[in-house]
Amino acid sequence: MVNLMLANMVTALNNALDLCLNESSDIIVLGEDVGKDGGVFRVTDGLIKKYGPDRIVDTPLAESSIIGTSIGMAIAGMHPFPEIQFGGFSYIGFDQLAAHAARYRSRTMGNIQIPMVVRMPVSGGVRTLEHHSESPEALFSHIGGLIVVEPSTPYDAKGLLIKAAHSKDPILFLEPTKLYRLFKQEIPDGMYEVPIGKANLAKEGDDLTIITYGTMAREVQKTVEENNISADVLDLRTINPIDESAILKSVKKTGRALIVHEASLSFGVGAEISARIGEKCLYDLKSPVMRVGGFSFPYPFSGDEDYWVPNRNKVLYYIKKLMDS
Amino acid sequence: MIKEAYNTSIKNMQVMDEDSNVDISLIPKDLDDKKLIEMYKFMNLGRAVSNKLLALQRLGKVATFAPLNGEEAVQVGSAYAMDKNDYIVPIYRTHLSLIVRGVPLKSLFTAVKGYEEAYSSISDYHTTPEIIVVGSQFTHAAGIAYGLKYRKIGNAVIVYGGDGSTSEGDFYEAINFAGVFNLPVIFMIENNEWAISVPRSRQSAAETLAQKGVAAGIKSIQVDGNDVLAVYKATKDALESIKQNGKPVLIEALTYRMGMHTTSDDPTKYRPEEDVDAWQKKDPIKRLQRYLISKKIWNDEMEQSMIEENKELVNQAAKDIESVKSEPEKMFDNVYSFIPETLQEEKDEAVKNNFWQ
Ligand SMILES: Cc1ncc(C[n+]2csc(CCOP(=O)(O)OP(=O)(O)O)c2C)c(N)n1
Ligand SMILES: [Mg+2]
Repeated sequence: MVNLMLANMVTALNNALDLCLNESSDIIVLGEDVGKDGGVFRVTDGLIKKYGPDRIVDTPLAESSIIGTSIGMAIAGMHPFPEIQFGGFSYIGFDQLAAHAARYRSRTMGNIQIPMVVRMPVSGGVRTLEHHSESPEALFSHIGGLIVVEPSTPYDAKGLLIKAAHSKDPILFLEPTKLYRLFKQEIPDGMYEVPIGKANLAKEGDDLTIITYGTMAREVQKTVEENNISADVLDLRTINPIDESAILKSVKKTGRALIVHEASLSFGVGAEISARIGEKCLYDLKSPVMRVGGFSFPYPFSGDEDYWVPNRNKVLYYIKKLMDS
Repeated sequence: MIKEAYNTSIKNMQVMDEDSNVDISLIPKDLDDKKLIEMYKFMNLGRAVSNKLLALQRLGKVATFAPLNGEEAVQVGSAYAMDKNDYIVPIYRTHLSLIVRGVPLKSLFTAVKGYEEAYSSISDYHTTPEIIVVGSQFTHAAGIAYGLKYRKIGNAVIVYGGDGSTSEGDFYEAINFAGVFNLPVIFMIENNEWAISVPRSRQSAAETLAQKGVAAGIKSIQVDGNDVLAVYKATKDALESIKQNGKPVLIEALTYRMGMHTTSDDPTKYRPEEDVDAWQKKDPIKRLQRYLISKKIWNDEMEQSMIEENKELVNQAAKDIESVKSEPEKMFDNVYSFIPETLQEEKDEAVKNNFWQ
């Protein structure tokens, strides 16, 4: 029998880490303030008590080395779970990700692989300091060789993290800060996996397909519910590799596609999806593919964030525009 | 025989001890009574600002904020020693470096409320916005110093960073660059023993952070960071040395973070309250106050009127930012030096269709 627990995303992730650490001694968690403090969002809370400071490691304050040393640990046979305190600080480790984590397998024809799960909070909406609200998923996905995962529910967060722990690839695990404690769900208290690379059809409908993920997954569902719109809502859950077949299947059915993400509009995940739809099912479309994203410039200081992040007005406007064209 | 390759012994300077006894021979000549009092007032203003912003944050009137309580001597002693045309490169905790430089409290409060307007005339003060990406500020400072030297402007730069920041690659790269090119820059390491929950001992196995400078060929010194006279002297000495030989200096100031890391932090998770209590006795403000009183240049009456003055100043700043509001159209104006067509389109669409209502 499956026992259920009521969990928000933080407790779900904490529980997943606990199960994974317990299952495999190859796994360690390392990063800034992950130990005694339990992480600035408390995702690693209590783990140091249970697993000790050799497996829950407070590192010096240096992101490039947090990722670079994790690569080395993976080469040495471990399965490191580095945490980057905020997605905006991952750029300091970007070279290690793009130049090494993404290439070791192809560089050695599969002889050396880098099993590693790089966790980081992303996206905005919580009124914090500059650099604490970035949405870097397109940057990472563009590299190739890095798997990019971004759950929007406690259930998916736990299942995807466990799946990541059972994988052999370098995985960037993006956790939307705003969703950490926004709502709770009944989830199994034991081990379960959510597949990587598979979108979740969060809502079913006839008139259009909305492809989304992360913070916007919930906003889109609320918009659709509040306005009685009949839409397929696809929550990607994995950004790279993209679940193209789920997207095409739905778009072929509805004939209309809208992509909604918080990250900047230009050169983003929406552009990638739009291109694939254009290439593979243009003649099934009743109207042009449309995109909603943050404005095409960096996330502003917190005072203006509500104006930068796409809101339900903007999503609804596009739904209508799509239906009318 | 193995020879010692180099000597990393680092001098540790104190001018005024914990009981406020002063070694008169070490006090810089220019530091007259008027200046002593001015520094004392700045330190108090800094704490008043910190306490006010903390209170405003708790009321939800400003966003996340990093208090500076306990670190007033490092920031005032150093910023006050700089010439007003020298550059200051601050970080998210060194609000006092900006206050001493004359940046209006309203600007500081506006930044904490979350508006870029805070920095719309920041270069007038020969300073930059408070940098948040830990360590990155050091490279900018080295670059500014390079620019000042290249353009034959005879001024120097001071850049702040915490104990934790000296673990970042950017720190090592910046001191290295400054050493190689003999740049007029002071690296002020505000070692408050903590980087959020991570203690100083976890940042480096080096006995001092100052000795990192030695490896970069930089003159490096440690000072008692709760002794404003020592910080002032070390900074003045550094400026003098830069004037003499053009070479950078690193100062490690030993102090303590009396409060939380930021308003989102709960220090009881990771450090015992008694540790903080021990540092209450070393309060840098009290230390200078005792000295001023013993010199008979400060008294209760002056203290009272200063407290009133500071209260007015911070209350005024809090009032001044009440009217600071979002003007979302302005977000588009300074992305580039011009507005590209596609960006203009994003803006027009938002306005026309009331996305911001
Ligand atoms: C590159 C980077 N990594 C992580 C953070 C999150 N963070 C902000 S301050 C801080 C600790 C900094 O410690 P220290 O340098 O000692 O300065 P202090 O805050 O103690 O003044 C951390 C980890 C950040 N802002 N930038
Ligand atoms: Mg510190």
